[in-house]
Amino acid sequence: MNRYPLWKNLLVAVVVLLGGLYALPNIFDQDPSMEVSAQRDAVIDLATQTRVEAALQKSGISSKGMSINNGKLLVRFTTSEDQLKAMDPIAAALGENYTQALTLLPDLPGWLSGLGAEPMYLGLDLRGGIHVLIDVDMEAALEQALERYSSDIRTLLRGEKVRYVRIGREGEAVIVKFNNAVKRDEASEIIGEEFRSLVMEDLDQGEDFLVKASLSPSDSREVKKFALQQNITTLRNRVNALGVSEPLIQQQGDRRIVVQLPGVQDPAKVKDLIGATATLEYRLADTEHSVEDAVNGRVPPGSRLYRERDGQPVLLKKQVIVTGDQIVDASSGFDQRSGQPSVSVSLDGIGAKRMRRMTNENVGKPMAVVFIENRTTTRMVNGQPEKVRSKVEEVISIANILEPFGRRFQTTGLDSTEEAHDLALLLRAGALAAPIEIVEERTIGPSLGQENIDQGFQSVMIGLALVMVFMAVYYRVFGLVADLALAMNLILVVALLSLLQATLTLPGIAGIVLTVGMAVDANVLIFERIREEIKNGSTPQASIQAGYEKAFSTIIDANVTTLIAAIVLFSFGTGPIKGFAITLALGILTSMFTAIVGTRAVINLIYGRKRVKSLAV
Amino acid sequence: MQLFKRETHIDFMGKRKLAMILSILLIVVALGSIVAKGLNLGIDFTGGTLVEVGFPAAVELPSVREKLSAEGFGDAVVQHFGTSRDVLIRLAPQEDVESAELSDHAFSAMQGLESSADLRRVEFVGPQVGDELTEDGGLAMLYALIGILIYVGLRFEYRFAVGAVIALIHDVIITIGIFSLFQVEFDLPVLAAVLAVIGYSLNDTIVVYDRIRENFRKIRKGDSKTIINSSLNQTLSRTLVTSMTTLLVLLSLFFFGGEIIHGFALALIVGVVVGTYSSIYVAGSAILMMGVSKADLMPVKKEDETADEMP
Repeated sequence: MNRYPLWKNLLVAVVVLLGGLYALPNIFDQDPSMEVSAQRDAVIDLATQTRVEAALQKSGISSKGMSINNGKLLVRFTTSEDQLKAMDPIAAALGENYTQALTLLPDLPGWLSGLGAEPMYLGLDLRGGIHVLIDVDMEAALEQALERYSSDIRTLLRGEKVRYVRIGREGEAVIVKFNNAVKRDEASEIIGEEFRSLVMEDLDQGEDFLVKASLSPSDSREVKKFALQQNITTLRNRVNALGVSEPLIQQQGDRRIVVQLPGVQDPAKVKDLIGATATLEYRLADTEHSVEDAVNGRVPPGSRLYRERDGQPVLLKKQVIVTGDQIVDASSGFDQRSGQPSVSVSLDGIGAKRMRRMTNENVGKPMAVVFIENRTTTRMVNGQPEKVRSKVEEVISIANILEPFGRRFQTTGLDSTEEAHDLALLLRAGALAAPIEIVEERTIGPSLGQENIDQGFQSVMIGLALVMVFMAVYYRVFGLVADLALAMNLILVVALLSLLQATLTLPGIAGIVLTVGMAVDANVLIFERIREEIKNGSTPQASIQAGYEKAFSTIIDANVTTLIAAIVLFSFGTGPIKGFAITLALGILTSMFTAIVGTRAVINLIYGRKRVKSLAV
Repeated sequence: MQLFKRETHIDFMGKRKLAMILSILLIVVALGSIVAKGLNLGIDFTGGTLVEVGFPAAVELPSVREKLSAEGFGDAVVQHFGTSRDVLIRLAPQEDVESAELSDHAFSAMQGLESSADLRRVEFVGPQVGDELTEDGGLAMLYALIGILIYVGLRFEYRFAVGAVIALIHDVIITIGIFSLFQVEFDLPVLAAVLAVIGYSLNDTIVVYDRIRENFRKIRKGDSKTIINSSLNQTLSRTLVTSMTTLLVLLSLFFFGGEIIHGFALALIVGVVVGTYSSIYVAGSAILMMGVSKADLMPVKKEDETADEMP
């Protein structure tokens, strides 16, 4: 007799029940919705909701429901047309301190979402959106760190009145040159004392006495880590300001950052915002010298020639009053006097102090704002990738200092409100620690995303149907039981994917399709064994028993090896390939359960309790 | 229903010379093509920019080309993708334009041609990323093979592990060879499919080996060749049935899964067919040639254990 103990039958029942429950959210429709979030000191509360309700009512748009969740206001609509139409009225009602993002929300009954059940998390290739991979230029980050050290060492030695000949950078070290060994030793001690993280080395080269200060390995690791972290923070700020629901910003490897923005329609704008590192410098204009002379090549020392946006040459002092990293906040608006678009800027303590001193001394003189944008691209030169860094510097405004100012002030001279807005955004995000470059982009339009879902679903269903028909014809009752297990397996994979919130991608769907084909393998192995046993003259009950038992180790061996391939795929793969590896691995694991334990439970129920003369296998 | 009405007694190992000639021939052609023609690598590996644009109605390629070269994309490669309303544009890097921005320019050119053109897909891969991927892909395959070598070596015996890996390399070379021979685009999903082929083909081989091991231990008489032959016959219907179900779903994926997944499905279809053949002919012949015998597979028994079992 083939009978399962009660606990095993219960186990199968519980797994089936839970699987069904957590796979369930995927069959519900998704509502086109809007996610409203607050920027800076604004808050989302019931008053916000009332304002949105009023705005929608006024424009004659009906919403399906509203809720406040995790400090965000979620507004559901019946159609995506309503969703798009609602964009402007809501923006007008709430003003600049709120951002809206379009998204899809599952329309789940309360009890289901109460269980923590959610639909699968769709990858960008299925929902549409932008994926960019950003490379952080670590060599430049290290260079900047060394640059900082050499200027700090210069200040230190001057302060201590130790005379040096020259300070320069050489590879990954700062070299200070002295006339004699005594001064060198003195300096070496002072520097070592002050900057404990530097590795000091004294070198004698003939007449030259050198100190070589290099970054310790841990220090240079720290610099790189910081560069990456700061870039991630900056990118997060920029992306948040874009108003995207569920953005993903994540470190990948030791120098790359992945940015994934679902549902974004305008890749050009995103790339502009992400790829550029912009900063501002405030400089005094040089009014003592002639601009014409400078254009003809006689640039006075202490000054530099710049150009305005329209190409007009301007002569500015080399000394910088305030740089971008001293800016703590920036917002766009309109200048109260001229009505022109403007950006108001707040400075940190040091910046404010310097700005106050300079403006105090120079009332009535012109001051210029220089906009500096850094871009890096990689080109192939003779088959070798080569980095090209370009720097665009232009004077965006030049105006007389009307009165001394400090912490807060305004910059005007921008072409449009759009430009003021973007500049404020760039400034608010702060200066990036190291130049970055977009090295990969994958954008999927929403129409293609939906098409991928439809085609993927269709191919899974057709594949499943073909295999089911084949199994039923080939193995009769046992085939039908295998079909049941196969359907169960599919539900379990979907349930696990939903539960883990692992990303489902198009290759992921292909993985599911492949699992459908391979999941029956365990059953094929078992059923063929049972047939063999029957052929060898065993009784039906003994054949079932032996079939399952003998096939077991084969199934394990065969599946473990496929699992190895899936794990390798997962560890090496990027986004979509990872999705394939996950579904393949999950499919293998669940299929072992459904094909071995699941089918046995059903077979036992059908044949196990009675005397049978023959098996329909 | 059964594939074979009676027990089969096919002399697979008797035809192993013929199979070997066939395998070697296939491998030589595959390798020859890979060396001579190379692979039609997708931008995942070569780096570059690709833009897919959807038009509301069928669009003529010459007009697209004309518009593109007017906008300075003279060397763009243009083709239909799936339907005549879809156009795939491949762009070469340009001197003064940032690579990440190329796609934006090309798409706005297409909007100039037809204002309701729809941006379906952009793929841009920088040269450094492509190089890394090629390297990582090769390494991944190597790691998968090593992992399998170790597992099979532990569970069976080293000759089985070597046999399995020979069969896998055989499958991988032929699958990649077919992509080279017909110049089908080899992109990242195809690489993933090749890795999946390794998993699948191994699955098949392991089932066969499992039976060989079992029979070596069970059947007292008969030489290695006979035992391997009868093992192959016993597992034959399972091998074919599983390949059939897998092929059924793969065909469904190939025909209904959409244009993007075509290469992926094709690689798996080829891999499954070749993998089925290799698990019957290559894997079996390999261990036979390495001289696996009954003695190698007898479980090591401790002496006192057998004494205990005696009543």
